[in-house]
Amino acid sequence: MVDVRYDTAFTLYPYEQVQAQCQSQPERHPVVIIGGGPIGMGMALDLGRKGTQVLVLDDHDGVGQGSRAICFARRTLDIADRLGCGPQMLDKGVVWNVGRVFYGESEVFTFNLSPEEGLRNPAFINLQQPYFEKFLVEQIRTEQAKGAPIEIRGCNQLIGVTSHDGYVHLDVDTPDGPYSLEADWLIACDGARSPVRNIMGLDFDGRVFEDNFLIADVKMTAPFPTERWFWFEPPFKNSGQSALLHKQPDDIWRIDFQLGWDIDRKAELEPSKVRERVDAMLGDDVEYELEWTSIYTFQCRRMDKFRHGPVLFAGDSAHQVSPFGARGANSGMHDVDNLAWKLDMVIKGQAQTSLLDTYSQERELGADENIRNSTRATDFITPKSTMSKRFRNAVLELAQHAEFARPLINSGRLSTPCTYHDSPLNGPDELAGSAQVQVGAPCIDVQLGDSYLLNRLDGRFIIMGINVDVPDSLTVNGMTLPCFSLSTLEQPTIELTARYLGDANSAVYLIRPDQHVMGRWKQFDEQQITLTIEKAMGQVAH
Amino acid sequence: MDKSSPMDLNLSPNIVDGDDFYDELLLAHEGLNDEKSQDFNARLILILCNHIGDRRIISQALAAATEHVSSE
Ligand SMILES: Cc1cc2nc3c(=O)[nH]c(=O)nc-3n(C[C@H](O)[C@H](O)[C@H](O)COP(=O)(O)OP(=O)(O)OC[C@H]3O[C@@H](n4cnc5c(N)ncnc54)[C@H](O)[C@@H]3O)c2cc1C
Repeated sequence: MVDVRYDTAFTLYPYEQVQAQCQSQPERHPVVIIGGGPIGMGMALDLGRKGTQVLVLDDHDGVGQGSRAICFARRTLDIADRLGCGPQMLDKGVVWNVGRVFYGESEVFTFNLSPEEGLRNPAFINLQQPYFEKFLVEQIRTEQAKGAPIEIRGCNQLIGVTSHDGYVHLDVDTPDGPYSLEADWLIACDGARSPVRNIMGLDFDGRVFEDNFLIADVKMTAPFPTERWFWFEPPFKNSGQSALLHKQPDDIWRIDFQLGWDIDRKAELEPSKVRERVDAMLGDDVEYELEWTSIYTFQCRRMDKFRHGPVLFAGDSAHQVSPFGARGANSGMHDVDNLAWKLDMVIKGQAQTSLLDTYSQERELGADENIRNSTRATDFITPKSTMSKRFRNAVLELAQHAEFARPLINSGRLSTPCTYHDSPLNGPDELAGSAQVQVGAPCIDVQLGDSYLLNRLDGRFIIMGINVDVPDSLTVNGMTLPCFSLSTLEQPTIELTARYLGDANSAVYLIRPDQHVMGRWKQFDEQQITLTIEKAMGQVAH
Repeated sequence: MDKSSPMDLNLSPNIVDGDDFYDELLLAHEGLNDEKSQDFNARLILILCNHIGDRRIISQALAAATEHVSSE
């Protein structure tokens, strides 16, 4: 029996019996992913596109109903572009730039994430999580048709995990009863309540926030602008401590009310009660339908280590943040970006398994940054003491007249990618200084004629010269690295210079498969580049 | 002071006519109930911290004030 824990919005992988269920010997797979949420599907897509065989087990047959995540950041769209499904997301999503912050009746602050030049993707889109997941699965189907070795098994619930020397034994339940599998590598993308983590008895410590938030996604055609509106101490009746209004595709609006800790969840979710609150916010004359309602509480915590031998954790199973700042799904996609190429290279024998420890290190750093940011936002939005509330309100009052207080207002610092400072993978940085892009950071896009720089960074190691000649390719460690060269004479954009050169006249960038900068030099230096890659792959002693 | 040497929090008398300053501080609170006074203080702290700007000095000031809490 497989429990149905939630209703699905789209049925995408209905249950089908497979041969392996009738075999007495468990079938061995190179990679099994537990959980077909955004992170599991993203991971499968990334690995499968590289030609690595991957099996996804999900205990449902499609994408869960109800949106949860709505804000997807530029870096996530850049990753989706690399995976082939960015344009679909951008097409469907609502692009927004302006955010307004209110304190009671007064507007205290407006921000504009005004588009920077030369970037393919906007700072943010709003898109319901079920669509995000659906586009990933559709892309998997497209890649499967082209031969990518990805398999998805719906209604396959993981019920047992045992680690052995060099592989993992899995027990799986299905509508036809249980069966066993083996995996060389297991990636747990099974969400915040991660059964894999629980079965393995691993820790998940952090801070619980004693607050309840009511989400009402409503469908309406009222002419509110495409902006993020956030209220501290909202003026409308019974709206709690804070409130949010934000547009999604299909005329859906996300409304969020902070209700406090001691509430009767069931009573608060009564449609009539929800409607009272929404009416007070939107005005009595606005017509709408309740699309989805939910009450959530949240925590900020992470696992101590994201790698446990052959078991790797990614997404909410490894780390959880408050929703302020949209750092959940977005940071899980950074996990995908970081892990897929490393595991692929280990499986292909191009790197030592120690490369996977850098996944753990780099993404733990990322998780700490996200937890720090979302904890701070939460402390501002829901002050924990009389004094912290007093300071918070003082900031909000001052901000109406004094510019200095505005940057202190924190209604969620929106998701940005982590720079892997001090990563063991980082090589030399001969340019240190004035270029915007840093070693360890993801490359920033630049428009190149009618295309974009990031389109050229296609998931392989790549060498990019600027105002320097580089060979057509370089072979290191049995891999062929494509090289290309740009010139500020041919591409006289301020962006190329500001982002990649700064004061320098020339540069050679070594770029990782996840588009993060691994090292940079002023001139092409084959030996240095080779050494940096070999060191990362674990082929030479450090 | 030499411009290049990093400044430390100044804990020596630095206000000309301290009595006058003190008087003005109390005057600003006059007629405010406890609540309003505390709100006032919160605003004042934020304004002064922003004026100082230097994170190191602010940290030193916070530490100096904390010392007095623990010795009470
Ligand atoms: C109200 C709210 C708003 C949010 N807003 C945002 C936002 O704007 N932006 C953002 O980036 N993030 C946001 N998030 C966070 C985001 O929803 C999560 O970070 C994201 O869903 C994590 O994805 P995941 O794939 O790691 O886990 P999940 O989405 O939880 O997926 C886990 C999957 O594993 C499956 N599974 C579980 N157990 C088993 C088992 N035993 N066997 C097989 N399969 C199993 C589940 O069915 C599910 O499909 C929000 C969250 C909430 C609650």
